[in-house]
Amino acid sequence: MLFLMFEQRSKIIGFVFLLAGVVFLAKLFYLQVIDQTYKDAATSNSLHKVLEYPYRGLIYDRKGRLLVNNIPVYDIMVTPRDVKKNMDTLNFCRLLGIEKEEVREKLLTARMYSRVKPSPFIRQISHTDLARIADRLIEYPGFSIEPRTVRGYDHNNLAHMLGYMAEISPEKLKKLGKGFYRPGDYIGISGLESQYEKYLRGKRGVKFVMVDVHGVQKGSFKGGILDTAAIRGENLYTSIDLELQKLGEQVMVNKKGAIICIEPKTGQVLAFVVGPSYDPNLLRGREFSKNYTMLFKDSMKPLFNRGLQAPYPPGSIFKTFQALVAQQEGVIDSNTIIPCTREVVNCHPHPNPCNLRTSIQWSCNPYYLNVYRRIINQNKSKNTYLDTRIGYEKWKLYAEAFGFGSRLGIDVPNEVKGILKSPKYYNKIYGENHWKYSTIYSLSIGQGELGLTPLQMVNLACILANKGYYYTPHLVRGIGEKRLIIRKYLEKHVVPVDEKYFETILTGMRWAVQMGTVWSSARMKSVIICGKTGTAQNPHGKDHSIFIGFAPKENPTIAVACVVENSGFGGFVAAPIASLMIEQYLKDTIERKNLLEHMISRDFIHKAIPVPKEPEKVKPVTPVADSKPAKKEDEGPGNSN
Amino acid sequence: MRDQGTVIKNIDWVVVLLYLAMVLYGLVSIYASMYDPVDDLPIYSQALPSGRQLIWIGTSLVLIVFIGAIDSKFYEVFAYVIYIIVLLMLIAVLFVGKEKAGSKSWFGVGEFGIQPSEFAKFATSLALARYLSNPLVRLEKLKEILTAAAILGVPALLILAQNDTGSTLVFSIFIIPMFREGLSSAYPNLVIATVSLFILTLFVPQIALLAGIGILGLLVFFLMRKTIQNISILVVSLSIVSGVITGVDYFINNVLQPHQQSRIKVLIDPNIDPLGAGWNVTQSKIAIGSGGMIGKGFLQGTQTKFDFVPEQSTDFIFCTVGEEFGWIGSFLLVAMFITLFMRLIFLAERQKIKFARVYGYCVASILFFHFLINLGMTMGLFPVIGIPLPFFSYGGSSLWAFTILLFIFLKLDAHRTQILSRE
Repeated sequence: MLFLMFEQRSKIIGFVFLLAGVVFLAKLFYLQVIDQTYKDAATSNSLHKVLEYPYRGLIYDRKGRLLVNNIPVYDIMVTPRDVKKNMDTLNFCRLLGIEKEEVREKLLTARMYSRVKPSPFIRQISHTDLARIADRLIEYPGFSIEPRTVRGYDHNNLAHMLGYMAEISPEKLKKLGKGFYRPGDYIGISGLESQYEKYLRGKRGVKFVMVDVHGVQKGSFKGGILDTAAIRGENLYTSIDLELQKLGEQVMVNKKGAIICIEPKTGQVLAFVVGPSYDPNLLRGREFSKNYTMLFKDSMKPLFNRGLQAPYPPGSIFKTFQALVAQQEGVIDSNTIIPCTREVVNCHPHPNPCNLRTSIQWSCNPYYLNVYRRIINQNKSKNTYLDTRIGYEKWKLYAEAFGFGSRLGIDVPNEVKGILKSPKYYNKIYGENHWKYSTIYSLSIGQGELGLTPLQMVNLACILANKGYYYTPHLVRGIGEKRLIIRKYLEKHVVPVDEKYFETILTGMRWAVQMGTVWSSARMKSVIICGKTGTAQNPHGKDHSIFIGFAPKENPTIAVACVVENSGFGGFVAAPIASLMIEQYLKDTIERKNLLEHMISRDFIHKAIPVPKEPEKVKPVTPVADSKPAKKEDEGPGNSN
Repeated sequence: MRDQGTVIKNIDWVVVLLYLAMVLYGLVSIYASMYDPVDDLPIYSQALPSGRQLIWIGTSLVLIVFIGAIDSKFYEVFAYVIYIIVLLMLIAVLFVGKEKAGSKSWFGVGEFGIQPSEFAKFATSLALARYLSNPLVRLEKLKEILTAAAILGVPALLILAQNDTGSTLVFSIFIIPMFREGLSSAYPNLVIATVSLFILTLFVPQIALLAGIGILGLLVFFLMRKTIQNISILVVSLSIVSGVITGVDYFINNVLQPHQQSRIKVLIDPNIDPLGAGWNVTQSKIAIGSGGMIGKGFLQGTQTKFDFVPEQSTDFIFCTVGEEFGWIGSFLLVAMFITLFMRLIFLAERQKIKFARVYGYCVASILFFHFLINLGMTMGLFPVIGIPLPFFSYGGSSLWAFTILLFIFLKLDAHRTQILSRE
């Protein structure tokens, strides 16, 4: 009896469970199928998620002057699904000032992207145009307005380093887009804009807005408690001195090459001049693609950043490096005297013979032919070929420590490595045990299979100024209000040369400017400049004029490298230009107005001088492979990856 | 693992398949509830709840293997130990727990949180089953009833102390397994009567209700035999009933917290505050109602796509099902649950030991209570009580807890033939 009752109870429970299910299904059937009120409510009461674009971070120079700011513009977006088929196209075209055919095409493109997601229809309408359009755009469902900003510049300098922004490409969107970017968004493509994109861009905000069946906004949802405000991007505080930069760009008119100034104690870039350059205002806003095509097709390659991407044969500035390595290796000392025998390499008139100091002062070629031989052939092996290889490998380690043959890691993308060959390269060309010192001696005076970018040259100047160390060059010395610095720019790189070996070299550099290879007008009365000229042979015409230096001699505050292509002797063009940069930075003004005007007026581009006039200084024993700076021009900043 | 093979052979595959189907249906719904066409993230993206739910599902499957591996006698032998451990956790969480949405009920581990109250359900089920497994206990004596009530009451009170009213109410459903094991039907009747009276009070004016009760009392008075005993019973019951009626107002206005008050008031008239407390109910009904017969289609919902209701993918997950899959989808969901309940009752009844049977009823009842309250809430039939829909709602603790709850029973069931009846 009891058992039976239990059986019943399980049925009662099962019945209760079943009943609940049936009641629910009935109620649901009423809610979902019979009652129409909820369907109407759904269409009349929907929430839209409106994205708020953040204000992109600004970029400042070292004295707080604005390098990059923002200008508000507006995009008209289209959601193809919501566009009415019987839209009044005629009035619509008149409103936006476009052709009927264009509307059709743009709608087609938008539909190909997505029917339900908004994509840009007309880009970057100015604030004044917006006022006219905004009110009447409501009559055209499917079209909406999205505020954006474009970059603006109060000056026309530093284009290569600032970089530009452009619409994100579909590939990039696919790669990193889904979290942050949407089609039509702008992203930094080159320069600082690209390098510091994640700091500059800020964070998008979201606003929930109630929208009725006509798409009219009915105010924020729940008083906006769920909205998140857009967080503006971080500002960048750079070490650039805009005045110095302006001077450099002024001087580089009609010249190809680069001037880079760095504060040696910190590695902060003070000026980064590339010639030829372009106005950054060209690559912003609606004119972007037109101007970009124009710049890209320009035979002067103004988009090409010679400071970072062109390896030049360094020429005689390389002797400073050779002298340091030789001392450290113990194969010479400051008293070593070598006669100027011009059997293998040529030289120019100067007091003979030279000791270490005067070899720098007068830039004696045979001296360094001998010095480099002493570095390479130290009789570590009886076999000359093997000995050369051992010596070269050792020497290459020094070169690498000085930052040659690899990217230094400046905070602007697309830096190149320069040229520094491994023994494997020579093995491949000449065969193993088939090359010796006489094969590679051009390197002794900075010619041959060697290429330094102007950035690597100025870094050499920094190492000399600091007597043995450098900081990786960088432009940004503070991100955001906390002024954060990327850690690698605080790391000191010490080169394996003792401080004591620098003194003689620096004195030689000081005398090179005072009474040596440098043109007298490059001297300054009140400041002692140390410098070394270079005159680099190249297959493109007249020699490249090169100069590295720093000032003042004690506690240097500026290091500079200057390369002017096809302009002749280093002491005559690059050195005076560098001295003007030093004067501007240290004195904040230029007293040598005549020199300034003279240097501005020199034109090394349009008076084409294809044949070198001066006699050859190096017998062309080795093929000058890969030392063509112009060869790299093909990969201009246009292909930015 | 001597009996691993037999577990796979003897496990009830109907329930296992139902479980898997529900978990996957839930996953798809969670994805749909948070899907943003602008970002277009895939279902496994860790930025979405669905991606994280996928991890919870994966770990649940590992849990199932563990439960299958443990000896089936373990649960009966260690029932009280597990119960005590969970009680200690419930006490600990009061002191070191994290506060989340007003309830201090989480042990935080980084981004993930563990909610001990979820695990109290299966621990209490084990303890109750263990107590009732004694063949001498038939829930006829008051002492037995009070002991059983204490087993349920302690965890319930601890959870109430965490300010988690929803999970506390779950413990009331243990009346079903107790009823099955012999508890006098007067108790469930009393509960039903009180609840009905309570609801009646909400909708009918107090004066009218009191007058009705008065007339009813008079009617009974005239019809009954007027012995002292009958009259006193009548007077006592009349005063209790009118006490309840007058007490409801006091209860709502003075005992309940403001958010609970408004949830009940909204139930009576959703329009009193459509953008405030009524918001959830109104929006939920609009979402479900706009689904129609066949729904708007996967990821095509417009009402549940925005993360404005914090419980979008958890307690209100049924809205997404209703909106995107329509009545057909809702029917499927309800049918799956009812089938599961019927199957569980069937399995419970075929157990040879009382422990397994009681535990089986506990499982079915707990799942039923969640199903009842959660769906009722989204349809606007019950006040908004924040409890998850088993296997569907997003959340690691609840999925783990329901998985453990269910699969312990399946493990017991798989071994029913190896155990000699002890009754």
